[in-house]
Amino acid sequence: MEVIARRPETLTKTPFTYCPGCLHGVAHRLIAEAIEENGLINQMAGVAPVGCSVFAYKFFNFDMAEAAHGRAPAVATGMKRARPDMHVFTYQGDGDLAAIGTAEIVHAANRGEKLSVFFVNNAIYGMTGGQMAPTTLPDMKTTTSPYGRNVEDIGYPIRMCELLSTLVAPYYVERVSLLSPAEIIKAKKAVGKAIQYNRENRGFTFIEFVSTCPTNWGIDPVKSRDWARDNMLPFFKVGCFRDKGEENVQGVEK
Amino acid sequence: MPKMTVDPYYCKGCGLCIAACPKKIIRFSENINEKGYHYAECYKQEECIACKMCYMTCPDVAIKVEK
Amino acid sequence: MAKILMKGNEAVAEAAIRSGCRLYFAYPITPQSELIEYMAKMMPKVGGTFLQAESEVAAINMVYGAAGAGKRVMTSSSSPGISLKQEGISYIAGAELPAVIVNVQRGGPGLGDIQPAQADYFQAVKGGGHGDYHLIVLAPNSVQEFADMASDAFDLADKYRNPVMILSDGMLGQMMEPVEFKPAKTQEEINTLGEQHTAWCICPNADGDAKHHHEINSLELDPSVLEKHVNHMYEKYAVVEKNEVRCETYNVSDDNEVLCVAWGSASRIVKSAINELKKEGKSVGLIRPITLWPYPYEAIVKAIGPKVRQVYVFELNTGQMLDDVKIAVEGRVPVKFWGKVGGIVFTPAEIQEKLEACF
Ligand SMILES: Cc1ncc(C[n+]2csc(CCOP(=O)(O)OP(=O)(O)O)c2C)c(N)n1
Ligand code: SF4
Ligand code: SF4
Ligand code: SF4
Ligand SMILES: [Mg+2]
Repeated sequence: MEVIARRPETLTKTPFTYCPGCLHGVAHRLIAEAIEENGLINQMAGVAPVGCSVFAYKFFNFDMAEAAHGRAPAVATGMKRARPDMHVFTYQGDGDLAAIGTAEIVHAANRGEKLSVFFVNNAIYGMTGGQMAPTTLPDMKTTTSPYGRNVEDIGYPIRMCELLSTLVAPYYVERVSLLSPAEIIKAKKAVGKAIQYNRENRGFTFIEFVSTCPTNWGIDPVKSRDWARDNMLPFFKVGCFRDKGEENVQGVEK
Repeated sequence: MPKMTVDPYYCKGCGLCIAACPKKIIRFSENINEKGYHYAECYKQEECIACKMCYMTCPDVAIKVEK
Repeated sequence: MAKILMKGNEAVAEAAIRSGCRLYFAYPITPQSELIEYMAKMMPKVGGTFLQAESEVAAINMVYGAAGAGKRVMTSSSSPGISLKQEGISYIAGAELPAVIVNVQRGGPGLGDIQPAQADYFQAVKGGGHGDYHLIVLAPNSVQEFADMASDAFDLADKYRNPVMILSDGMLGQMMEPVEFKPAKTQEEINTLGEQHTAWCICPNADGDAKHHHEINSLELDPSVLEKHVNHMYEKYAVVEKNEVRCETYNVSDDNEVLCVAWGSASRIVKSAINELKKEGKSVGLIRPITLWPYPYEAIVKAIGPKVRQVYVFELNTGQMLDDVKIAVEGRVPVKFWGKVGGIVFTPAEIQEKLEACF
């Protein structure tokens, strides 16, 4: 009998610390698989954020650095510049990347740093207990927007793929979702492409995952995917925003 | 014959694999693992078609599929 | 090698490159701009990395990444920029990474001004960032020493896996003095330096060791493990305190009636005043701490001669080092302070007048 699906060797044996059904785990697995499939386990280094995935440095089975909140793209820049023979990625949540770390991500993208950035958008601050994120949807209730996000007061959610694809340098920018096996299969392709481009040192690659936070949304894991489909996908449209490796890339799926 | 196995050490009983399986052959075990979760198990191995949907959807990478 | 007339900011940059620094990340700010500009010009010529970051916050985190990858890396700034770097400095110390940070101090607080000051003593020596940690802090008082400290700083950083700060100021940064450089490290030496940390740093898994998994990290949620880590850092600091204290004694003798303590640029002016007083037959000694941390407490005690009736601290701030001098003196003799702030540098005549009043 042949094993056709198993834990990739690019993950350590440590169980994830995420809540049951949290899709951070799916994103981790896709990244780990792509690194394994690209044969990069011995040249790879990752940077973990501050957020629920703060312990990502324990889960990936190669060298990992833990960055201060929002600073992962700067840390990864230093790492890649110091060791150009290695391949570097960051893994960041929406608070980490789109609030406190906005300057770092925009400028790493603008410099076209030869990194992959994996951005998990769950529309909330998971780790600190469900506060409003820069990606929290209009009228969405969180512990710091108890009456719903008032866009007149605090503005609209930030669409990072759209924002970053206004820059000239980024090589590949795509938003994917993790809300069903079919969507995960699409996401796997995108992650694989980002890591392949990374291996070839082509430039800055950015994958946004539309994800969930069953715990802080207060919705069970299966239904939270439906909630994300109904509420997040209309605002955060999946699709490829930039792919310098392919001709005629269309914008988002309509 | 295809075979799907869940490693109870990793499973957190989230049920996403149960929702994903086209053959509906995964359920929660009556037993619990060390962390206290009713882990998932395949109770009709002979019907498994090795489609890997369970593996694909499992956030804790607890599943192995063989063919 | 012949001496070259150079600004302090350029001399320290040149010396850093000669010491094998091939990565430099910074953001422009006066009065350190000659340093970043020198790096911008020279790094590409030696195959190094110069990167003008989007902020000091980003720059110090780039340093964290490069230091985590085990390579000699430097950043520089002036006071307001150093404030921004404090978050990153705390993480670098916590993760035990070697790195060199140059602070060309200016007047504060806030935006302050762009004139020389010594107002970042607290920030450099007493923390600055959060948590229990120390920087090794070196304070030059000449362009030559500023340059020499670059290689010392890298050696100390590598030896102790700890960030080292060179605490200079706008006066030393901007002024020109003749300076003689040590020979530049060869590419081979630099390569060796780059591999000295491969037991723990981010690096390729060259021989495919299945266990290879290095973590650069300061997070430890288990309090007992974090306690152990902090204790380990403080054991390391105890060794630094034992081995690395440096200070200069100037005109210290049993005839001293006053003992001065001054560091950096201020010490140069105090020296001039001491020389003038000598002509008048008045004996004043000077202790100049070269390492501000670890601090030369014992050297100060030793220098208090039998006739000393006053210890006098002079700084270009409101008395930030004064506490450390008092800790050293422990009430044996009265300790007095005089300083100038706002970027104003005191004159030898002013110091002389203050000292004469003690006789
Ligand atoms: C400088 C700093 N400010 C605030 C925090 C507290 N903090 C930890 S995680 C977090 C939010 C993380 O949210 P996100 O990036 O969306 O990640 P998630 O947990 O949702 O995956 C905050 C505010 C911190 N650790 N450091
Ligand atoms: S709090 Fe939310 S994002 Fe964090 S692990 Fe739990 S479900 Fe996932
Ligand atoms: S491989 Fe397919 S059929 Fe088999 S258990 Fe998994 S999801 Fe069900
Ligand atoms: S998806 Fe994974 S963790 Fe969730 S119940 Fe199934 S095997 Fe367990
Ligand atoms: Mg989040």
